[in-house]
Amino acid sequence: MTTTTERAVGQPHRRVEGPDKVTGAARYAAEYQVGDDLAYGWVVQSPVARGTLTAVAVDPLVEADDVLAVLWHGNAPRLGKADDPELAVLQNDRISYRGQAVALVVARTLEAAREAAASLQLAIDAEPHDTVLRADHPDLYTPEKVNPDFPSESSTGDVDAAFAGAAVRVDVTYRTPALHNSPMEPHATTALWAGDDLVLYDSNQHPPGIAATVGALFDLPAARVHVITEHVGGGFGSKGTARPNAVLAAMGAKVTGRPVRLALPRQALFSMVGHRTPTIQQIRLGATADGKLTAVDHQAVGHTSRLFEFAEQTAVSTRHMYEAPAVRTGHRLARLDMPTPRWMRAPGEAPGMLALECAMDELAGSLELDPVELRVRNTGFDSYRKCLGLGADRFGWHDRDPRPRRRREGDWWIGTGVAGATYPAMIQPSSARARRQPDGDVEVSIAAADLGTGARTVLTQIAADALGLPYDRVRVRIGDSTLPQASVAGGSSGTASWGWAVTGACRALRESGGLDEATFDSTALVEKLNQEGKHAFGAHFAEVRVDAVTGEVRVSRLYGMYAAGRILNPRTARSQFIGGMIMGMGMALHEESVLDPAMGTWVTHDFAEYHVPVHADVESIEAEWLDDPDEGLNPMGSKGIGEIGIVGSPAAILNAIHHATGIRVRDLPARLDKLLPSL
Amino acid sequence: MDLRVNGEPHSLDLDPRTTLLDALREHMGLTGAKKGCDHGQCGACTVLLDGRRVNSCLILAVTLDGASVTTIEGLSHPVQEAFLEHDGFQCGYCTPGQICSAVGMLAEADGASLPDAEIRERMSGNLCRCGAYPNIVAAIREVAAR
Repeated sequence: MTTTTERAVGQPHRRVEGPDKVTGAARYAAEYQVGDDLAYGWVVQSPVARGTLTAVAVDPLVEADDVLAVLWHGNAPRLGKADDPELAVLQNDRISYRGQAVALVVARTLEAAREAAASLQLAIDAEPHDTVLRADHPDLYTPEKVNPDFPSESSTGDVDAAFAGAAVRVDVTYRTPALHNSPMEPHATTALWAGDDLVLYDSNQHPPGIAATVGALFDLPAARVHVITEHVGGGFGSKGTARPNAVLAAMGAKVTGRPVRLALPRQALFSMVGHRTPTIQQIRLGATADGKLTAVDHQAVGHTSRLFEFAEQTAVSTRHMYEAPAVRTGHRLARLDMPTPRWMRAPGEAPGMLALECAMDELAGSLELDPVELRVRNTGFDSYRKCLGLGADRFGWHDRDPRPRRRREGDWWIGTGVAGATYPAMIQPSSARARRQPDGDVEVSIAAADLGTGARTVLTQIAADALGLPYDRVRVRIGDSTLPQASVAGGSSGTASWGWAVTGACRALRESGGLDEATFDSTALVEKLNQEGKHAFGAHFAEVRVDAVTGEVRVSRLYGMYAAGRILNPRTARSQFIGGMIMGMGMALHEESVLDPAMGTWVTHDFAEYHVPVHADVESIEAEWLDDPDEGLNPMGSKGIGEIGIVGSPAAILNAIHHATGIRVRDLPARLDKLLPSL
Repeated sequence: MDLRVNGEPHSLDLDPRTTLLDALREHMGLTGAKKGCDHGQCGACTVLLDGRRVNSCLILAVTLDGASVTTIEGLSHPVQEAFLEHDGFQCGYCTPGQICSAVGMLAEADGASLPDAEIRERMSGNLCRCGAYPNIVAAIREVAAR
C-alpha cells in the first residue's frame, strides 16, 4: 500500500462533486429518468385551517385527458401506523391546518396534473380556527420535554429573590416570527415500485431514516425501500425526516403502477414541510454593579400543531451560556390550528440566543460596561472568552464610543454590536465500510447525505488519512440507504458521527493484514461517550449603517470568530460559517412569515413575500476560527459547524442597530417601519 | 416547434402550457436548469436565450420557435472554474442559474468596470439560501478582471 505523509485533513480541498454542480450534471430527486411511463403528482391542499373534508368530486377529473388518478381519504390506500401523524396523508377526514394535503392528482403530464388539482372541487365543513400565538393564550401548557430530549424546565438557586435584590436589572420581552427554512430545492420525490420493493429518489437529510419511516407506512421493512439521495438542494432541517411528498409519491406510484414524480411547488413548502415556531421570550437578568450576573430567567412561549408536539428548545442554551447563582428556564406551548413546527437551522439556539444576547447588550448598557467585557466576566468557558477577545481585536471593536447614536456619516447612523454563539457538539452512532478496489484505491461507503455541507469531500479527507493513502486514491459513496447505516445530517452532527465510522472502517482495513473489506459500527463507542457539556462557541460582531431618512439597515460588516473543534477543510468550513451568518442576517432584517388570522395561514408563501438575503444585502462578511481540536470527542477532534453561524449573528446585528440609532428593536425582523418612528 | 439548444436543433411537440424550463427538464432531459420557485423569483432556472439571461420558468416554450437557448450543460466558461476555486456554492441547486446569470451579466457589462456593489446588484435576481454570495461575487470578480 502506498503511504503518504501529507495529511488530507486540514487541507482546503475543493468539493468532490463540484465539477458536477457547475456543469449541471449533478442529479437531484426530481431529475432521474425512470422510464417512458413516468407520471406526475400534484398535491391539493386544504383551503381552510380547521374542519372536515366530506367529499371530493373525483369523477369529472378522471375522465379528463391525461389524468390517471385522484386520491383522497375516500379512496386512498390505507397506510400503516405513522409515528409522525403528518405522514398519515389522505387517511381521514380531519383538516388540522390550512395547506394540509387533502388530495393527490396523478396525471401523464405536469401541466395536466396541475390543472386538474387546481380545478378539483372539495366539500368541506369548515370550523372556526385558532392560529394566533399569544403570551397569555389560555391553552398554554408545559411540554414534558423540549427538542430533542431536554427537560422543559430548569431551576438553580432562588431566581426571584436574586432578581429582586440585584443592583442592576433587565426585564425584557423579545419576539421572533415564524420562519421558513426555504431550501432552494423544493422537497421532491420520484417513486417507483419494483415488484413489492419501493425505490425513492428523494431529497432529504437522512436516507436510512426515510427508508424506515416510509417503509413502515407501506408495511415494508427498511431494507426493501431503496432511498437514493445523491444530491440535496439544501435542507436546513426541513428534510431531516420524511415529508408528505415521499409518502404521496409512493402512494401515487402504487395506485397507477407507474413511476411518479412529485416536486412540491414553492408555495406548498410554507405549510407542508415545517417551519420555525414564532417565539415570545421573557428574559430577566440581574447583576451586581460590577457586572456579575446574579439572576437569569428565560421563559419561552411557542406553538405546536394539533397533530404533533414539536417543542423548540428555545431557552436551553441559557442554561450553560453564562454562570450565575440563580438560573431558571422554561418553555410553554399552545396547540394551534397550524402546521407542525420542525427543525430549522439551530432550533432553540437561534431564537433563544437572539433574546439572551440582546438582553445582555441591554444589561451592558444599564451597567455602562463594555458588552464584550460583560460576557467575558460571566462565562466559564475559556474558548468562548478567547473568541470574544480575539474576535474583538480582529474586528476592530476597541475604538468604539460605547454611547449609542453618536456616529453619523451623511445620512447614515453607524454602530457596532457583539453577540455570543454556542452550539452543542453532538455525535450519533453510524456505520461505514471500506473496500479495496482492484487498482489499490479504496471505496468508502456510508448512507450519509451531503446537503451542501461538504460532507462528501471531508469524509474523503478523513478516509485518506485513516488509510494512509493520498486523497485522490479514495472514493466516498454516500446518498443511498442501502449503504452502511448513517445518522441524520442534522444537529451539526453529521461529519463528527460519520467521520468516526469512516475512520474506524478505514483503520480496520489498513490494519487487517491484506483483507479486501472492513466495516465499522461506532454505536458502542458513541454510547459510552459523555457528550454532556461539549459545545462549540463563537462571537459575532456586526457593523451596520441605518439610513436616517428611510430607516434602511445595511450590514456593512459581519464577522465571526469560532472555537469549533478541529476544522477539517477550511474552504468548505468557511462557507458553512458565513452561510449561517447570512441566514442570521435574514433572521435579523428580512425574514418573517406573516400570519393572516382570518385565513389562518401565512400570507407570505413565496420568495416575493418571504424575503431571504440576496446578493445586494451581503457586503463584507468573514469567518475565522481558533485551532481548537477536542481529541476526546471523536477521532477527528471535530465539532459541528453547520448551525453556529446563525446563533447570535442576528443579535449582533440588532445590538449594532441600537448602537447606531439608540433604538431597541425587540420584535424581529428589524424592518424600517420599526425604526422610522424613532429616527 | 423548433428550438436550438446548446447548438443542437430540437423539434418539439409541446403542450402550449409548457414553460421553457419544463421543456428543458421534462422533455429534453436537460435538468441543469433548476426549478426553485416556478415564479421568476429565485433565478435558479436562469438560461441564456439568444445570449440574454432569462428566467426560463416565466417563458412559454411555444413562443420561442426558432430561438437559440444555452443551458448550463452547453456552457464552457471561466466562471465555472472560478466557482470551484472560490467555493461559490454549497448545495449546488442555485448554481447553474448563478453561473448562467453571471455569464449573461458579464456580456451585458461589455467590459465596463464592475465593482463588487455593481456585481451584487446585477446578480440579485439569483437567490442562494446556503449563503454563498461572497464566494460567488469573488468568482465573478476574478473573471471580470481578466
